[in-house]
Amino acid sequence: MFRNQYDTDVTTWSPTGRLFQVEYAMEAVKQGSAAIGLRSRSHVVLACVNKAQSELSSHQKKIFKVDDHIGVAIAGLTADGRVLSRYMRSEAINHSFTYESPLPVGRLVVHLADKAQVCTQRSWKRPYGVGLLVGGLDESGAHLYYNCPSGNYFEYQAFAIGSRSQAAKTYLERRFESFGDSSKEDLIKDAILAVRETLQGETLKSSLCTVSVLGVGEPFHFLDQETIQKVIDTFEKVPEEEEGEAGEGEAEAAPAEQGGDGGGAGDQDVAPMEM
Amino acid sequence: MTKQHANWSPYDNNGGTCVAIAGSDYCVIAADTRMSTGYSILTRDYSKIHKLADKAVLSSSGFQADVKALQKVLKSRHLVYQHQHNKQMSCPAMAQLLSNTLYFKRFFPYYAFNVLGGLDEQGKGCVFTYDAVGSYEKVGYSAQGSGSTLIMPFLDNQLKSPSPLLLPAQDAITPLSEPEAVDLVKTVFASATERDIYTGDKLEIMILKADGIRTEVMDLRKD
Repeated sequence: MFRNQYDTDVTTWSPTGRLFQVEYAMEAVKQGSAAIGLRSRSHVVLACVNKAQSELSSHQKKIFKVDDHIGVAIAGLTADGRVLSRYMRSEAINHSFTYESPLPVGRLVVHLADKAQVCTQRSWKRPYGVGLLVGGLDESGAHLYYNCPSGNYFEYQAFAIGSRSQAAKTYLERRFESFGDSSKEDLIKDAILAVRETLQGETLKSSLCTVSVLGVGEPFHFLDQETIQKVIDTFEKVPEEEEGEAGEGEAEAAPAEQGGDGGGAGDQDVAPMEM
Repeated sequence: MTKQHANWSPYDNNGGTCVAIAGSDYCVIAADTRMSTGYSILTRDYSKIHKLADKAVLSSSGFQADVKALQKVLKSRHLVYQHQHNKQMSCPAMAQLLSNTLYFKRFFPYYAFNVLGGLDEQGKGCVFTYDAVGSYEKVGYSAQGSGSTLIMPFLDNQLKSPSPLLLPAQDAITPLSEPEAVDLVKTVFASATERDIYTGDKLEIMILKADGIRTEVMDLRKD
């Protein structure tokens, strides 16, 4: 995309019928770190990559609880995302108050989209620079939506946004047909595997990703580090362990759970798995 | 020409009594389950106790439509608090919120007589008692509602509140054990039921402790 004379104002059309400011806002989403969402018939999983600015700082919060039955993962300008999350929470609470029932996800995303559209048609505003993956459960089932800065929204079985999300999307495209009937555990595993795709070679550790789940009979909650690490251990061979630890190569090759159990049962040959 | 007065009132009194007693590590909140209007009974099975947060339970007598509206407002505000602070509201925080919410409608009040019970940040029992417009006080025990005039003097006698004029300020948390406090509550309600026509049917007791909430139900006279 090159600079041109029609891209200064969001209220200026280009001769080819494009609003460049809106398209530039979508670019901001592509720059943010990856966020992934997938759904089955009964659950929705949102996962994201946590990249801190430096070792000294904490990482940005990218997944927010909107209500017990709705969560949102963001990519792009996280400040815009935080503000929109606050708006979504307020909408959910107001709906609950008036109708004594949880806000249907489809309504929420329409409110969000309309709010985003306003910013594309006012000369004193700018579009929100954040893409939102809204996952939720309502009477019509589990849903995953993607809201763009443009004010458009789409429903997905699985989606990824942010930097290097194409790798995750390719992985999801291969597997999405089975998601509908997936168990919760399989869905979580697929989410973490999709996150791994975006890391492109970097070792996947539980500290690098945040995973949240919601579903039938299960309000929105984050998975703790231990649970995520256990899932990672089922498919990831830990490279450091293969080199050290009394050279017990056979023990390391086996999945982590077996190694842990074997160590506990007084099997002195197996070195304990330290994470 | 005398001033024309309204031929209807926005308020009604659904009767009933609420009591709460604070202990060293527990809080007992109790209310009868009778809902009336005038001299009629609307239902014998209405709960006046409502859990607002893990450590804060509200019991209100008065106009139950206003009570319901008040509970809804507090529930929504609590959700906002949880989103912002990532934790549940403490009982003293909820007490202040309730006071502010009531005063907000100073010129068209919630006709609700509230008793808020729970555990404070140290795990000690606490009870807050209110008037209809939000004036509140932390106390060791309280009764509100149609039977309160019958119950309060007896609680004063049994739970020996030290004078608020004494310094240093002593809080009136009862040294009674939890079973003794529950027994006291059952006794006062049985007595109040005898003489207050708006109190009776069933007694609902909620006992709040650090490990959770327990509910007990006891029958009262139904006449």
